[in-house]
Amino acid sequence: MKPKHVDMPKNEEIVLQAEEVGLHYGPKEALRDVWLYVPKHKITALIGPSGCGKSTLLRCFNRMNDLIPDVRISGRITYHGEDLYADDVDPVEVRRRIGMVFQKPNPFPKSIYENIAWGARINGYKGNMDELVERSLRQAALWDEVKDRLHSSALALSGGQQQRLCIARTIAIEPEVILMDEPASALDPIATLKIEDLMQELKQNYTILIVTHNMQQAARVSDYTAMMMLSDDRKAGTVIEFGPTEQIFTRPRDQRTEDYITGRFG
Amino acid sequence: MTTLHDTVFEAQLARRRLKGRLFELVALIAITIALTSLALLFLDVLYDGLGRLNWQFLTSYPSRRASRAGFLPAIVGSIYMVGLMVLFAFPVGVGAAIYLEEYAPKNWLTDLIQINIANLAGVPSIIYGLLGLEFFARVLGAWTGGRSLLTGALTMALLVMPIVIISAREAIRAVPNSIRLAAIGLGATRWQVVRDHVLPYAMPGILTGTILAVSRAIGETAPLITIGALTYVAFLPDGLRSQFTVMPIQIFNWISRPQSAFHENAAAGIIVLLAILLSMNALAVFLRYRFEQRLKG
Repeated sequence: MKPKHVDMPKNEEIVLQAEEVGLHYGPKEALRDVWLYVPKHKITALIGPSGCGKSTLLRCFNRMNDLIPDVRISGRITYHGEDLYADDVDPVEVRRRIGMVFQKPNPFPKSIYENIAWGARINGYKGNMDELVERSLRQAALWDEVKDRLHSSALALSGGQQQRLCIARTIAIEPEVILMDEPASALDPIATLKIEDLMQELKQNYTILIVTHNMQQAARVSDYTAMMMLSDDRKAGTVIEFGPTEQIFTRPRDQRTEDYITGRFG
Repeated sequence: MTTLHDTVFEAQLARRRLKGRLFELVALIAITIALTSLALLFLDVLYDGLGRLNWQFLTSYPSRRASRAGFLPAIVGSIYMVGLMVLFAFPVGVGAAIYLEEYAPKNWLTDLIQINIANLAGVPSIIYGLLGLEFFARVLGAWTGGRSLLTGALTMALLVMPIVIISAREAIRAVPNSIRLAAIGLGATRWQVVRDHVLPYAMPGILTGTILAVSRAIGETAPLITIGALTYVAFLPDGLRSQFTVMPIQIFNWISRPQSAFHENAAAGIIVLLAILLSMNALAVFLRYRFEQRLKG
């Protein structure tokens, strides 16, 4: 049953939707009865204490959890109303539409150029590769810093630059949604700010779902926020409240949300 | 007694230091014994063989007269056999490693396979010789041509396969999982991930394992004698089904002759064998270095 503080956003086109989603790793329950809406061209933040299943939920949306043996998912996860877990849906196609940026920057040990070109090439991109690389790097606000060394190793970049390269690489395959798993947690405050500015640029063309530990970050960058917490028996995580960010941070309806964002939790 | 001059503690400290020194000395003696015996062996071979090592020795066929005998068929046989062996063992071994690491589910069956591959690496080589004799030379004799170069290479390929598989698995396992996830997250299939990321990253390690396998094979004698490689070959192999000999067999043959002139031939043969072995190792180090540089970009 849908929790009473999770409402479908009004006047928004919903891209991703989770209904009554549960997830088990073998015998261990990780998610229970999760409901969530991700509106188009908006930034939706997942916040909550460690271990409440934020990353696990995020990875349900591009079927990354399929890679872990013994994972069972129940309920319904839809993308524009289509079931992401239907038998005839190929996870490879899901990941091409729903891209992902990881917590630690993980560029390939190849050149900057090759990092971006590879994803496009394996997905059958036939256009001008130089143009695509430049466009993606410009969109990720990295072009000016790397344009003179496109063919040197991506591993020589700073952490913040590497993370923007990973974003550029994701943009290059032209997904509709970008999932971000604490994309700035390994970066210093300046690099973090750059990523946050970048997200504001990107949301004009992309739908973003971001996991973050940092509540100020959620308040600063997101349009909608989902508050996650362990269930009352403390076994599995669930979304206890979802709504416009402004409302979550100023007029939370659930007492636990209020305790968490005012720092009175646990 | 001041704080920094506690006599009881200092006496104890001196004893601790002495124990440390003693252990250092024991370790030093150990490495001296190991290195000196190797160096002595090497010098002895050089002393016996250098005088015999010349162009005639490298380009002649065996002969009843020691001074006219040469090493050519053995050199060529060894190179052909090892080359063919790599052709069989590398793709099959690396393929098996990729399957076990990247595709196979982790369960009791794959665990059992893993343990048994490690066991196979420890099976005495003569057992492989018997297997090769029965299966490749006799059962498949119509295709392999019996006691042929092909039979030898296939037998050796089986012998070194566990080494190739184990080292390739280690190398593949050392590829950071974040790279696989990044590629999968971009919509790559398993094969695209393996081909473009896992294999290039693991290649230096895989090559090192393969070279180890080659080094082992080039010095192996027992399984080849078992399958019936000849000891007196006055021709070069002219095809896969041709009969052949290899360097260690020729050396063994010369050493078992009573005449001391043949012993010089054996020493010269050992020098050639060592030189080829060392150049192959050098090539491996070089290839490994090149692949590592490419990864660094």
